[in-house]
Amino acid sequence: MSETLVTIRQLSKNYTRGKQSIEVLHDINLDIPRGDFVALMGPSGSGKTTLLNLIGGLDTPTAGSVSVDGKRIDQLKGSELSRWRAENVGFVFQFYNLLPVLTAQKNIELPLLLTKMSSAERAKRAQVALTLVGLADRGSHKPSELSGGQEQRVAIARALVTDPMLLVCDEPTGDLDRKTADEVLGLLQVLNREHGKTIIMVTHDPKAAEFASRTVHLDKGLLVDDAPAH
Amino acid sequence: MTRTGFILANLFHKKTRTWLTLLSIGMAFVLFGLLQSLNLVFSAGADFVGATRLVTQSRVSFTQSLPMRMVPEMDAVPGVQRVMYQQWFGAVFREDPQIFAFAVEPQRLHDVYPEWVMPEAQWKAFIDNRTGMIAGRGLADKYGWKVGDKIPMKSNIFPQKNGSKDWTFDLVGIYDGKDEEWQRNTAGGMYVNHAYFAEAALFGGGNAGIFVLKLEKPEMAESVASTVDKRYENSADETKTQTEKDFQVGFVKQLGDIGLIVRWILFAVFFTLLLVVGNTMAQSVRERVPQFAVLKTLGFTDNNILGFVLAETMALCVIGGVVGLAIATSLGAVVAKFAGPMLPLAVDWRVWVAGVIAIVVLSLTVGLLPALRARRLKIVDALAGR
Repeated sequence: MSETLVTIRQLSKNYTRGKQSIEVLHDINLDIPRGDFVALMGPSGSGKTTLLNLIGGLDTPTAGSVSVDGKRIDQLKGSELSRWRAENVGFVFQFYNLLPVLTAQKNIELPLLLTKMSSAERAKRAQVALTLVGLADRGSHKPSELSGGQEQRVAIARALVTDPMLLVCDEPTGDLDRKTADEVLGLLQVLNREHGKTIIMVTHDPKAAEFASRTVHLDKGLLVDDAPAH
Repeated sequence: MTRTGFILANLFHKKTRTWLTLLSIGMAFVLFGLLQSLNLVFSAGADFVGATRLVTQSRVSFTQSLPMRMVPEMDAVPGVQRVMYQQWFGAVFREDPQIFAFAVEPQRLHDVYPEWVMPEAQWKAFIDNRTGMIAGRGLADKYGWKVGDKIPMKSNIFPQKNGSKDWTFDLVGIYDGKDEEWQRNTAGGMYVNHAYFAEAALFGGGNAGIFVLKLEKPEMAESVASTVDKRYENSADETKTQTEKDFQVGFVKQLGDIGLIVRWILFAVFFTLLLVVGNTMAQSVRERVPQFAVLKTLGFTDNNILGFVLAETMALCVIGGVVGLAIATSLGAVVAKFAGPMLPLAVDWRVWVAGVIAIVVLSLTVGLLPALRARRLKIVDALAGR
């Protein structure tokens, strides 16, 4: 687990709100080895989600660099960055963000529309992903027919279906009860340990952070603590 | 799932609203099809193809009569087989002014209009009896007229020489149409003998409203029309010779500039449609801002998103437009069947081409702004609800 997957150097991010410039991240340096499960913790406004967005290629830094698997993603623009995300990163959100008009199976197939796979291949891959998250029999259900935990599992399956090297999860259990949250976190742990997925997870919840192998603390845009989990 | 399936699924994300919008588009294109077809009828140039008869009227208006001396002159035009003339009588029976009564020379009517079917004995009676009249089957049935009846009639134009506008005719024949379409035209039609009319009327006896020229060959239509009109050029009685179809369309044109009216209605319909569909698409995109952000997160490019929204708009307009034009085509055929040559509506390929262009223009006009908005979305802001 020594090979570094994510390398962050002197990373800063400023947002402009009206005439005011707000520094959200300041001079962050961080290495995340391949196969790691990192929990990003910190109080609200500390910059956790901003850091996650920068690692996931959803946003671009004001200064500094972000490299993933040796590629400077801070230098990618527009459609290049989109293509990179499609091929390398799976995203899991707090509120699942499934498309309500599509069934679970079709939600999972969605990222595969960007590949050259045939319709049959896409369906097969989606079914495998559904089975992996324990919802093989729920493929034809729409999100409104699933529980919160099941929706999040479908979202995880959607994140996995392209077989990305990196999973970024923004408060994946923030909308779930403890028991369901533990099940979802257990699933992420399995994906990390048994399938070798590198996972970076933003959370407020110390219990959720315990499922990670390492916890990084942020406060006011600064990296304040970087320690292995208990 | 395919991209097309994805677009259609999104199109129906609010089923009721989508169906109502489709209904609006469909209705607008039904109107578009029918009105555009009407527009073509009224803007069409002279078409002599297949004409077996021509109608000559005064160049000024068909309400202005032409002198009877023209009859032998027109008979002599090469390509003319027989000339029939007719004068609008302005008949009113009881309180019914909706009677198409013309004073004609019976033998010429018989020769030029074989579509009117009547026993030869009745034709002979019409030719021989100066006070005779013949009525269409529909009109005779409406008033219970039988051959042998005396029919009292008023003319709202022509008094007799004694000053009275009351006329009495002997019903000597009842004619039918040769087919269903001509039979429908018997509902309001009748003819009286022009010789009697010319003799008894206080004025107008030496004139005819129009001349109908039966042609030797259809291909001579254009040259006959040109010869006749040239002959009376720069005279006191300039003529306009056209096909029966164009003459009947001219009747409807009296209502006003139909083309202009139609264009204004179409403009109003499409302006309203623009607002309805534009609002639907704008609202649809606004509601799905987080979904577009998720699609971008998953790796769909800005242009992919632009394409999705434009494709949705296009699908909405194509489904509604094609269904509307198909309904208009069927309705146009029904209207044309019942209105006959007076309104030869045909939602043909020209209307469809115009319809397809309208669909494309409508899709782009209403879809482009919401699509650009979706394209410009910044993932981080959209996910954060900003």
